[in-house]
Amino acid sequence: MSIQSNNLKTESSTALPIHVQDLTKKYGEMYALDSVNLDVKSGEFLTLLGPSGSGKTTLLMAIAGFNRPDSGSIRFGDEEVILKPPHKRDVGMVFQSYALFPHMTVAENIAFPLKLRGVSLAETAERVATALKTVQLDGLGDRDIEQLSGGQKQRVALARAFVFRPRILLMDEPLSALDKKLREQMQIELKHLHKQLGVTTVYVTHDQREALTMSDRIVVINKGQLTQIGTPNDIYNHPANAFVADFIGESTMLPLNLDGSGSLYFEDNLIKTNYKISDAKEWSLVIRPERLTVVKDGQYDPEKTIVFSGVVREFIFQGETAFAMMSVNDKYNLSFRFGTDASSWQNALQPGDSVSLGLNRSDVIVIPGGREL
Amino acid sequence: MSVLNSPNPVTEDPGVEPLNEKSLRAQDVHEQRLLLSLATPAVLAVIAIVVIPVGWLFYLSFTGSDGQLSLVNYQKMIEYKSYARTFVTTFEVSILTTLICIMIGYPLAYFLAMLPERLAGFFMLAVLLPFWTSLLVRTYAWLVLLQKNGILNDLAMSIGLWDSPLKLVHNLTGTLIGMAHIMLPFLVLPLYGSMRKIQRDLMHAAANLGASPVQAFWKIYFPMSLSGMVAGSLIVFVLCLGFYVTPAVLGGGRVIMVATQITAILENQFNWGAASALGVVLLVVTMIILTVATKLFKLDAALFGKR
Repeated sequence: MSIQSNNLKTESSTALPIHVQDLTKKYGEMYALDSVNLDVKSGEFLTLLGPSGSGKTTLLMAIAGFNRPDSGSIRFGDEEVILKPPHKRDVGMVFQSYALFPHMTVAENIAFPLKLRGVSLAETAERVATALKTVQLDGLGDRDIEQLSGGQKQRVALARAFVFRPRILLMDEPLSALDKKLREQMQIELKHLHKQLGVTTVYVTHDQREALTMSDRIVVINKGQLTQIGTPNDIYNHPANAFVADFIGESTMLPLNLDGSGSLYFEDNLIKTNYKISDAKEWSLVIRPERLTVVKDGQYDPEKTIVFSGVVREFIFQGETAFAMMSVNDKYNLSFRFGTDASSWQNALQPGDSVSLGLNRSDVIVIPGGREL
Repeated sequence: MSVLNSPNPVTEDPGVEPLNEKSLRAQDVHEQRLLLSLATPAVLAVIAIVVIPVGWLFYLSFTGSDGQLSLVNYQKMIEYKSYARTFVTTFEVSILTTLICIMIGYPLAYFLAMLPERLAGFFMLAVLLPFWTSLLVRTYAWLVLLQKNGILNDLAMSIGLWDSPLKLVHNLTGTLIGMAHIMLPFLVLPLYGSMRKIQRDLMHAAANLGASPVQAFWKIYFPMSLSGMVAGSLIVFVLCLGFYVTPAVLGGGRVIMVATQITAILENQFNWGAASALGVVLLVVTMIILTVATKLFKLDAALFGKR
């Protein structure tokens, strides 16, 4: 999205941090939020990522004021807002369903929050026009909502959420109703828009790729608890446990054994020496499929590369890569990805082929616990 | 695939008919005929019960007592004040009943729409239950409740609400109470339907954008429930226009509506022509109101299921 205007920008000094402290919400016996603590930095793009029912939407709704937690505190900057009704919280929100008012035109929808704030007619018109421009809907102000495509509705919802210059912007899976191409395009646009507005943004999604694409930081949330907080790179390359490793990206997990000297082995393969012993009783090796490469005997450095040998079980062309599965000792399945460019494809594999796969030692990810977490 | 490589064979060889074209079209025609034949009984019924009698009525209204074509029935309607009074009463009762239904029905429908669906179903039963009871039974029940020495008067006097029995029946008050009770479901059902369709997200969005609950209601909820309310009001109003039993029983001869007048003419004068003319005027007025309201409020969707 090209940057069209400047008067939308929230002064970075007024973008607010959010402090969530010991927030608990129970539905019956189930904890939707289990004593959650979270600090969202001023101006940051933070994504709540988790499977459905993990509590991510409950947390967002609590910040917006649409549900009443059982206990805890939510502060915007220094101000406690836990008891404030939603219409006094002054946060922008984009809903999954867009929640556009069907009996109003595009411009009337966007002007709605300005009218409520008593902004003059002239300024309202100007700010609506600017907002429409920012989301690339110039000249569509007079349209009815029903006349818009899904992507356009999305943009209107977005414009309506930031036109009153909130210092916090919340988004609840705003892109989930769009088709894949448009969704990927909007991800980039939203990222640019966030830069332009400088507003503290909390984004909810169950799509790990979307989270990795857009976020400054990701919060992985599961069963009402925050599992891990970190940059996309952190989360992908240093997952804290099996749930995160499994949920973010593709992975294979192999069980490891610890010997007396603190070295971790997979079968007879030394994976890591001097492992700092944690309380865990089990350890797993996490392997990202794209980090495995086919290696030939004598053509790799055993100091730097761990080699797994086995038989190819699956080999499926999927476009940019081929997905393949190798079985090790008929006991473990190891998935890997294979290039589909012409020179790689010359060496395409067949089910039944014997193959050796190399993993760079610097790509080794060890996590406590096993698969079934 | 050969299709991609070779040009379309049809354009190349006009003499050969496209594969199975005729039989496929025959199947289309067959299906349409089948659908039409399913509608036949309904069409025949409408012709027998509606079109022919109304046509006959129409013809009768333009016939004098000597059996010749004339406008005498319509002239009488203009001449005699009692006819005009009847129409005024009819509209007065219909409008007041509709207003009472809105005042009771809107909060009721709102309450139902706010409930979880299962609970709403239970309360909806309470709205619908009277629907399944005979109209006559309900009307006479009101007579028992409202009459001079009826339950309501007795109760009110015993707790000191009023000293002497109020005249609650055989007048406009009684008629309105009975009619509102009978008409209420016709308003609540479409209204509830349109309220259920309002997504909760919309109210959340309104609050999020800064609208207080009262503002959110008047700016978002009410305008969106309006189509259901107008549709329901229109149904109630039109049904009231032709209503007979309740005003006849609870009005006690003081509330003469068109339907009552028609019966009176038939019973006293056996004048089919005059009665038909009244019926025709009522029918025409009703149709005009429906058409205008439909155009005015864009009710095609709510009333006739059009999109």
